[in-house]
Amino acid sequence: MLIIQHKKTIDLIKDLAEKHGRQRNALIPILQDIRDKCGQISDFAMQAVAEELKIEPTEVYGVATFYAFLGVQPRGRYVIRLCRTLSCDMAGKDDVARQLENDLGITFGETTKDGLFTLEWANCMGVCDQGPALLVNEDLYTQVTPEKVGEILDSLRCPA
Amino acid sequence: MAIIKESIRNQITFSQIPFGEGLKKGVQLTPEELIKVVRDSNIRGRGGAGFPTGMKWSFTAAAKGDKKYVVCNADEGEPGTFKDRVIFSNWAKLVFEGMALAGYAIGADEGIIYLRGEYTFLRKELEKQLEEERAAGLLGQNVAGKEGFSFDIHVHMGSGAYVCGEETALLEALEGHRGEARNRPPFPATCGYLGKPTVVNNVETFAWIASILVKGADWFKGLGTEKSAGLKLFSVSGDVERPGVYEFPFGITVEQLLKEVGGEGAKAVQIGGASGHCVPASNFNRAIAYEDVATGGSIMVIGPQRSMLDVLENFMEFFADESCGQCVPCRIGNSKLLEGVRMLQEGECTSKYLNELCKLAETMQIASKCGLGQSSPTAFLDIVKYFRRELFSGQAF
Repeated sequence: MLIIQHKKTIDLIKDLAEKHGRQRNALIPILQDIRDKCGQISDFAMQAVAEELKIEPTEVYGVATFYAFLGVQPRGRYVIRLCRTLSCDMAGKDDVARQLENDLGITFGETTKDGLFTLEWANCMGVCDQGPALLVNEDLYTQVTPEKVGEILDSLRCPA
Repeated sequence: MAIIKESIRNQITFSQIPFGEGLKKGVQLTPEELIKVVRDSNIRGRGGAGFPTGMKWSFTAAAKGDKKYVVCNADEGEPGTFKDRVIFSNWAKLVFEGMALAGYAIGADEGIIYLRGEYTFLRKELEKQLEEERAAGLLGQNVAGKEGFSFDIHVHMGSGAYVCGEETALLEALEGHRGEARNRPPFPATCGYLGKPTVVNNVETFAWIASILVKGADWFKGLGTEKSAGLKLFSVSGDVERPGVYEFPFGITVEQLLKEVGGEGAKAVQIGGASGHCVPASNFNRAIAYEDVATGGSIMVIGPQRSMLDVLENFMEFFADESCGQCVPCRIGNSKLLEGVRMLQEGECTSKYLNELCKLAETMQIASKCGLGQSSPTAFLDIVKYFRRELFSGQAF
């Protein structure tokens, strides 16, 4: 990583620590903001957070890897999460999953080469009456069918 | 993203209570009187565990601490549950009022909503409504005109971990740790968030408090059954004609419920989410209540065409994924049960091994540290008990 990027990361984390505080209970909000702003919680960022909060880097790593919506892997600009729990399963999530894989050319857990999309499974998202459900970053799509998948992806590639 | 409103299927009683009325009434009482009203109503926790709310509040009120907290458990992660999302989308202010009343009762000035990461789309609206409550004098200094009573609420986002619905794991997450359940005792009532006495209640529990104050404890107590007072919201999904959120009194039988939602002809109903009970058609006369089949509101209806082995695989994949890994019975147990389900799918499971897995499941119920591991084998045991033939033959009966 270039030194200038290091410096940017450190500045970002200092800003976030000012915003959320330097207590331990600020850790997760800080990590959430890093994820949103950088798309990834890098090793370097975790070390910088540890430094700022005066805790061990392993503590930060332990927390970052515990939560499904944090994680240390690089993700695409749009993280697509398809619900796989029973009601969405019964509503036909397998067909939606297959179409997502076909249209994106990746399997679950992967990111497209252009860095635009990451495809992941999610457990129950709380829209069981209107499944299959998927989340794209924070936005919720309900009653998704295989034929809608192409439309959704197009709308993300070229936002109106 | 638009807030989803169309899934409310019948009249929700607390929706008739004007915002602010319950809170204004509550702060006229002394904290002791308020706790007594809640206790007299016999309301029990709507998240599923069913601990009496009044008792929880009185323990926390009695606990010594210079600072106390009210935490709203909005980490609605149980498969098949979505009522809290609907409550927040429509009646969030009733939840805020319930939290403020809890604060008044126990002597807390700070409330935290732990909102699951999946519901980030609700956050902006919640924060807007919190601002409106402050402007209306129902949060902030001298709440509802009560001299000296300050209470404010902020939203804390979760990050995708089912186990954080367990209250001590939730507190760990709030404190910035991995969401691993704590040993109990001490209970949150004496040693909760940051070691301070803390009330943790479900979204729906808070939402009912205002209506109990307006309509009276006797009104609430008179509904439902003797041991399960009041009305309850149910999240209905699966093979039904009219999925959505319904309000029913506790004590309704599975059969009655299926008739209301258009799910007659089901072969089984999963009640209480993946961690709940699987009730086969032969037991549809059972009542939904804490003393019979308990639930936090999740009703997943399984139609006759479904394979129970697929259902079971779905649940066990869920638990193997969501076990936090802290204690061995849950971490290894759920993986072993999933492995067993896969063997059944391949038609390679001996009767002896299936019996051994059932023993393992019973051990998990006893030996797991928190509710996740203790309840994760419930559906496994039920499905093996009621659908053994189907599991061995691989065909739906």
